[in-house]
Amino acid sequence: MQKKAENKMFKASWAYDEAPESTNHIQLKKQYDLYIDGKFTKPVKGQYFDTIDPSTNEKIASVAEATSEDIDKAVEAAKKAFVGWSKLSGKERGKYIFRIARLIQERAREFAVIESLDGGKPIRESRDIDIPLAANHFFYYAGWADKLAYAFPNRSPKPIGVVGQIIPWNFPLLMAAWKLAPALATGNTIVLKPAETTPLTALKLAEIIHESGLPKGVVNIVTGAGETGAAIVNHPNVDKIAFTGSTNVGKYIQKAIAGTHKKLTLELGGKGANIIFEDAAIDQAVEGIINAIFFNQGHVCCAGSRLFVQESVAKLVIDKLKIRMETLIVGNPLDKNTDIGAINSKKQLQTIENYIKIGLNEGSEIYQADCKLPAKGNWCAPTLFLNVSQSHRIVQEEIFGPVLAIQTFRTIDEVIEKANNTPYGLSAGVWTQNGAKIFHLTQKLKAGVVWANTFNKFDPTSPFGGTNESGFGREGGLHGLKPYVKFD
Amino acid sequence: MIPNLDNLPVYDTAGVNERIARFCSRSIKSNSKLEGLRLALSMVDLTTLEGKDTTGKVKQICYKAMHPHDSLKNIPTVAAVCVYPAQVANAVNALKGSGIQVASVATAFPSGQSSLEVKLLDTKFAVDQGANEIDMVISRGQFLAGNYQYVFDEIVAVKKVCGQAHLKVILETGELDTLDNVRKASELAIYAGADFIKTSTGKIQPAATMQVTYVMLDAIKDYYIKTGKMIGMKPAGGISTSKIALQYLVMLNEVLGEKWMNKNYFRFGASSLVNDILMQLVKAETGNYQSSNYFSKD
Amino acid sequence: MSRLAIQKTYKLYIGGKFPRSESGRFYAINDSKGNLIANMCLASRKDFRNAVVIARNAQSSWANSSALNKGQILYRIAEMLEGRKEQFIAELIAQGETAENAKNEVLLAIDRLVYFAGWSDKYQQFFSCINPVSSAHFNFSVLEPVGVVAVIAPEKQSLLGLISVIAPAIVGGNTVIVLASESKPLSAISFAEVLNSSDVPGGVVNILTGKKEELVNQFASHMDLNSIIYCGTDEQLILSISELASNNVKRTTFYKKNDWSSDSCESPYFIEKTQEVKTTWHPTEI
Repeated sequence: MQKKAENKMFKASWAYDEAPESTNHIQLKKQYDLYIDGKFTKPVKGQYFDTIDPSTNEKIASVAEATSEDIDKAVEAAKKAFVGWSKLSGKERGKYIFRIARLIQERAREFAVIESLDGGKPIRESRDIDIPLAANHFFYYAGWADKLAYAFPNRSPKPIGVVGQIIPWNFPLLMAAWKLAPALATGNTIVLKPAETTPLTALKLAEIIHESGLPKGVVNIVTGAGETGAAIVNHPNVDKIAFTGSTNVGKYIQKAIAGTHKKLTLELGGKGANIIFEDAAIDQAVEGIINAIFFNQGHVCCAGSRLFVQESVAKLVIDKLKIRMETLIVGNPLDKNTDIGAINSKKQLQTIENYIKIGLNEGSEIYQADCKLPAKGNWCAPTLFLNVSQSHRIVQEEIFGPVLAIQTFRTIDEVIEKANNTPYGLSAGVWTQNGAKIFHLTQKLKAGVVWANTFNKFDPTSPFGGTNESGFGREGGLHGLKPYVKFD
Repeated sequence: MIPNLDNLPVYDTAGVNERIARFCSRSIKSNSKLEGLRLALSMVDLTTLEGKDTTGKVKQICYKAMHPHDSLKNIPTVAAVCVYPAQVANAVNALKGSGIQVASVATAFPSGQSSLEVKLLDTKFAVDQGANEIDMVISRGQFLAGNYQYVFDEIVAVKKVCGQAHLKVILETGELDTLDNVRKASELAIYAGADFIKTSTGKIQPAATMQVTYVMLDAIKDYYIKTGKMIGMKPAGGISTSKIALQYLVMLNEVLGEKWMNKNYFRFGASSLVNDILMQLVKAETGNYQSSNYFSKD
Repeated sequence: MSRLAIQKTYKLYIGGKFPRSESGRFYAINDSKGNLIANMCLASRKDFRNAVVIARNAQSSWANSSALNKGQILYRIAEMLEGRKEQFIAELIAQGETAENAKNEVLLAIDRLVYFAGWSDKYQQFFSCINPVSSAHFNFSVLEPVGVVAVIAPEKQSLLGLISVIAPAIVGGNTVIVLASESKPLSAISFAEVLNSSDVPGGVVNILTGKKEELVNQFASHMDLNSIIYCGTDEQLILSISELASNNVKRTTFYKKNDWSSDSCESPYFIEKTQEVKTTWHPTEI
């Protein structure tokens, strides 16, 4: 109890009034069909499922559930479209992609609101990060379409064919952009499946793609859950699978396509280490910790979910972290002042709550910010677990929520060993003002992305992806083209 | 005794900027906005610091301080009027009975390039004239040359001469080059006895920025954690619109919290800010966007 | 006067040493007329397991040795091979190659080592980049070795094929565990002797001889291997390697080519196959 009072020392008194983003300008239909061969098409079996606002658990719209019959149609359309699209000059392909980028920018606000409504993320993030990054991603790869020869010196890159893309619910539009933009730029045609809890921005993107005049069948967007995804993965006429999601499903896909001609890229889970040295800029490191684990409710594969603090500053850092956590505003995703929105689904909330129970049962000390959670909807207070060790499950397993496991360390070698002691290898963070230490650590850490004195930064030009069980292949930048081309 | 400056927190500009971006993206609406604007108005040190200041000018600004906009009900007066030592007596006279403080710059303001003796006399003169707040400048030249003891001793000496008057110590952050230096200077000032630390004289660009203010608030926070003593903060110069003032208040709210959210611990050194706040308040009351022609410029 | 020749004993090559298989098993290699050429060690699962432990331990220091150093070591291998080329030619002939093919293969193998030695301090420049991000960060992507790589060497061109696959892997800082050509294993073990006298640290290259049907699934399913390269066309093996590789999301590469002598086998893209891209961010504001 006394600990809590201590953190109230700097408790804010000025409560901001509600500042909800207006929803007047968004256009949502009651029912969404599949986007196949340039048309919005009813699913063959006529089944629909609800997409839910996770902040209220109320229905937003019904969305078509694609079955294998629909996937047949979508793949067929993509295969037919490939003939023309792959022969189109890079310059012309690029112009379509530029056009898509612009159309997203023009409707950015609408996209941001729908993203927050459907997925629960704070409007501040969807407005300032997800949507602009998605548009910029198309803009970046549009420019590559007629320059592919320069990306692969002494080789002649060719499109692969029909690409099946399956994306997660944590960054719905952004992940669609990460998948579509390089695939289009390299001349492939696509069947894309958004996650079943967050299909709306992908379907709005289908509208934009339609408006852009992209030839029919080049992009097909189909909605549904795991079975729909499996139908794409197992379809014989799909030439490549690009998947972002859990490591378990990734392994399943890798196994399922074994022995086929299908190419594969996987962007899977992570348990990122975020390392704070005693010579770090402590306040900025604290901000980095916040950003690393509470960004997007912790629904981030590259989240810095394992914190390592050097013992000499551990108390200081943890005290400051607790004080900082008191100023985080949890609540309505559409409120412009919200820092942490709703947990994406009931199911995910259960997963997170289960891990919190596991942490408690393992005897870890818990600290949660003293914030009011709304009565309706799916919510989780920002949570720390203190005094944990490598053998705790909450340290080893991906929780995918706003839950941080904190360990201390004494020496550089010790922290490198602990940070790398995981089957994953997606992201890592290092905080120190010592240049040599930064380069030493960034070289030694087993990760596809290392953030030094920063965390959770993304850019279309910057390759992203993991090592080991975090998957293979890169998205973004020059290296993001390779998964979508083949060579003679 | 001079504090240990070797183990101070260091600052990473990119990180500081990110945090500040978070403050600036707070959306302050309806009642919370009105509350913020009134609070900001009550925190203003209405300032005139010009060679051409006269009795008449000081009288006008004092009247404005007491009557910001009489057609608006329930608005506070500003916190203080800030003038040169030679104008203190005029201000004290004009503000009699209003409860508004008289602040005077001192110590060879703005450069501070004079002898300690002159600075102490300057301070003593302002206090004798009736100033209840003294805004001194630190010796930036000595600071940048590494003579921290000199800077520290000077503040201690001025504090002594201030007597009952509150001491605000101006770091002139625009000349200190790095955020780490700002933290170092804050530390010196706080440990030497400052009641307030203040960013700028207003005579050097850049004047107050959210970055340096953040670092100074951080120093105040750490000092409070260590000693339980509260130090005040005054950003000065360049804060001319309500929007910026509200962003500073968001920062204050989220870094130091409720105990600091009043004029005893936070001030804005500004002049044109007052009318901008008033225009916003009138807009909120009437619903119409305002013209500066309807607000007195003193 | 006639003299009885000394016959060579072919053993395994693990961690810079030449042990026999812990299983004590062997298999015979005969020439086309059915005469015994040599008894090869029939490596067991345990031999393989030991090799992985050793390769893992050797990996980080090998990766950390300078690019220049790795290049010089590869060049040193070429030098040593050049000095013993007659032996290698004779071994290939003994295993059924024509004299001309054998000579060509050995010479090409030497040249290929020199080729990849030259890449050691250049491929990073070819594949790395600075990424012009929109925020105030310095952002760059570089290659790093994937780690420990299993190699199922080509059955034919047992020397040239082997070198063509392992040279790009080790020049990139990986350590390898090789299953040599089952039918023509002699060159691989003789090559191990070259490696052992060429300043290649123990454990960087480990060579086993044995049966694919026994060992390939072990290779593919081992949780501490990062990547597996299979050279061959057996679709059944490709299927089971691919399936088992998913246990720990291993990177798989399948080389189905029959001929390793063409110029198309020389490019830095072979190095890239066993590399990971690492991207680093740092603020630039002061």
